[in-house]
Amino acid sequence: MSRQPLQSTSASPGWITPRRAADAPLASPRSNGVLTLADHAARSRQELELTPVLEEVSIQLACRELFKSYRKGNIGIPVLQGISLFVERGEFLAIVGQSGSGKSTLMHLLATLDQPDAGEIRFDHHRIDNIPSAARDMLRNRHFGMVFQFYHLLPEMTALENVLAPAMIAGGVLGYLRNRAAYRRRAYELLEMVGIGHRAKHKPRELSGGEMQRAAVARALMLKPKLLFADEPTGNLDRASGESIMRMLAELNDREKLTIVMVTHDPWIAGQADRTVKLVEGRIAQG
Amino acid sequence: MYKLLLCWRYLRTRYIALLCIVSVTLGVATMIVVNSVMAGFTHEMQGRLNGMLGDLIVRTRSLDGALDADAHMAKIRETVGDVVVGMSPTVHVPSLLYMTVGGESLPRQVTLIGIDEASYASVSQFGEFLQHPENRKQLSFNLRDEGYDVLDHQVPAEEAKPREVMRDAGWKYRSYKAMLAKQRAADEKRLRELREADAGSKADASATPATMDPFAAAAAASGEQEGRDFDPATEQHTGIVLGIGICGFRTPDGVDHYLGLPGDDVKVAFPLAVMPPEIVGQEYTVVDFYESKMSEYDANFAFVPLKALQKDRGMIDPKTGVGKFTTIQIKLKPGADADAIRDRLQEAFPQQLYQVSTWRDEQGALLAAVQMETAVLNVLLFMIIAVAGFGILAIFFMIVVEKTRDIGILKSLGASGWGILGIFLAYGLSLGIVGAGVGTIGGIIFVKNINEVADFLGWLTGQPVFDPSVYYFYKIPTIIEPVTVICIASGAMGIAILSSIIPAIRAASLHPVRALRFE
Repeated sequence: MSRQPLQSTSASPGWITPRRAADAPLASPRSNGVLTLADHAARSRQELELTPVLEEVSIQLACRELFKSYRKGNIGIPVLQGISLFVERGEFLAIVGQSGSGKSTLMHLLATLDQPDAGEIRFDHHRIDNIPSAARDMLRNRHFGMVFQFYHLLPEMTALENVLAPAMIAGGVLGYLRNRAAYRRRAYELLEMVGIGHRAKHKPRELSGGEMQRAAVARALMLKPKLLFADEPTGNLDRASGESIMRMLAELNDREKLTIVMVTHDPWIAGQADRTVKLVEGRIAQG
Repeated sequence: MYKLLLCWRYLRTRYIALLCIVSVTLGVATMIVVNSVMAGFTHEMQGRLNGMLGDLIVRTRSLDGALDADAHMAKIRETVGDVVVGMSPTVHVPSLLYMTVGGESLPRQVTLIGIDEASYASVSQFGEFLQHPENRKQLSFNLRDEGYDVLDHQVPAEEAKPREVMRDAGWKYRSYKAMLAKQRAADEKRLRELREADAGSKADASATPATMDPFAAAAAASGEQEGRDFDPATEQHTGIVLGIGICGFRTPDGVDHYLGLPGDDVKVAFPLAVMPPEIVGQEYTVVDFYESKMSEYDANFAFVPLKALQKDRGMIDPKTGVGKFTTIQIKLKPGADADAIRDRLQEAFPQQLYQVSTWRDEQGALLAAVQMETAVLNVLLFMIIAVAGFGILAIFFMIVVEKTRDIGILKSLGASGWGILGIFLAYGLSLGIVGAGVGTIGGIIFVKNINEVADFLGWLTGQPVFDPSVYYFYKIPTIIEPVTVICIASGAMGIAILSSIIPAIRAASLHPVRALRFE
């Protein structure tokens, strides 16, 4: 599968559609079968001419016409079938959908953990879907924070060390040791902020689910990311813990203007976000 | 940084991995022990071999030797004089040695070596192997009064088994034996007289023809005073230094027994350097033993003064008085390249008449055998470590599978494939360091206490592990060579790293999303 031709768009990022008009022409669910790549290409060229250029500064992350399918033997199972969306700076976006709708895959693509079959992703107007893997590693390390449903803390490390992990990865041995004191201070502050300062020296298995997720949030914030991805952050928590995590995310978004992209299947959780995008069978559903 | 931290945490928490490096540890320890013992044996052997022989040996191909050692030595000095420290001519001749034990004559095959007392010390450590302290300072072929070593001076006093009989050796012993012999002779004479008196009427004693005593004739020929009997109580024949193995043996309990002592007389038969060949017998008085602890030498070599042997074998030119020699032993400066000098000397002397060899050439087969053994053992043991490498490989694959999700997490946090690779390589290296380190320390401790271990095993099994009567060492000799130890340890570490490469590459190439979803 070849990548979609993008010559026309590489010069200017004007293809990004404005917020209010976003879903109408681009993400309309098509019931008459799967669109071919050529169709998409033609349509997006058409829209280019139609849609006015948005003030670029307010768009932090955008993707266009993302396709992704997984191979099972000889059969390709399409997961994403032409997703286009954008996230504004300081926005709290929720992506909702049934399980299997492709929302997690979309998040992985946006977070550069995986690469799309076709389409493009831009972060601060730079394409990030086709950059070398070292650059993507750097991006995930410095600019993105990630929170997962299953916490994904490293079991061999204490909560504090888990929070420090991005800093350790970023600096190398010498770089880390040089700034060790500052990093540790920041990690302690973050743990205090998420309310588990007293559990800093505990290993993940000694923490409750809520505490683990708090540590995961602290880890995601360690290197002051520009964007926080949260994949079902409350999916494994009881109501109370989930709510407190959500309060924390909302507060971060509110106070520190942190852009958050959250994936969830829970409409109530999604309700905390500024805006909700619904995914149905690999496409963005209207409404 | 996370690499080191994780590597350290994995090391502390995965005991199964530590288990799989036990074989690395054992392999390393065994290799160190084997190499140390082999190096010890080689060193001891080389010391003794080189101690008895000079560094270089110029040998005439003829057993009868060549004339004029001084001229040859001058030529050697001219050719390679810059590296020669000392030279000494010797005469080697195969001979039969007759020892009288309990009235019976025991023939033994020995190599009789005529040495120059003055210069021989400059080419070999022969003197250090002698049993009398004065002889060790300056060899003399005159029998000493007493004072032969009761304790082996070459081993620590607390370990040597005393040789009580050596206390008696010397003139005292000789006089005492002579007195006994005289008494016995007198007794026999009286007995004969009584018998003759009994049978006196039947036959006239004077009718028995007087047979010639061959030894008296030999004594007369060798210039012993005429007109009177040789008195063994106060006089000695030419001195001979016997290998301790010729007239002694050691029982498995480490106690030495002797068939003769310094002060005894022995007869030696050897061929004269004439045509047609002729065998002559000569009496010598044992003046000392030497003990090089190389049983091959100790049971074969007997040393007599060069001048005496030259005379007895007819190796002196009657016109000029110049003697023949069969070998010239040469001592080189330390660090001199013996092989190169050998080649230079061989060029200077015609090959069909002279053979030049280093002491290593002389004992090549023995040294090669030891080296071969060491090499084979090293190959086998290194294979054991290599097998351990496969163990590490398997365990690492398990750990990578177990840690799949962690690898996904690290990648989601921005760790690169190289970083992940680094974790597992560092882990492999640290396992190698631990395994090789413990093995090295264990091996060295074992080597340091190897004799205690051997004693303990001997006590446990009831069978001596190290039999001093076989090896002529009281203890197992060991030398720990740092270079060998470093090579072994780094080899083991190398194997640990090598076997962690494949799992590490697999870990590094895991897809982050698939790794994160791994259950």
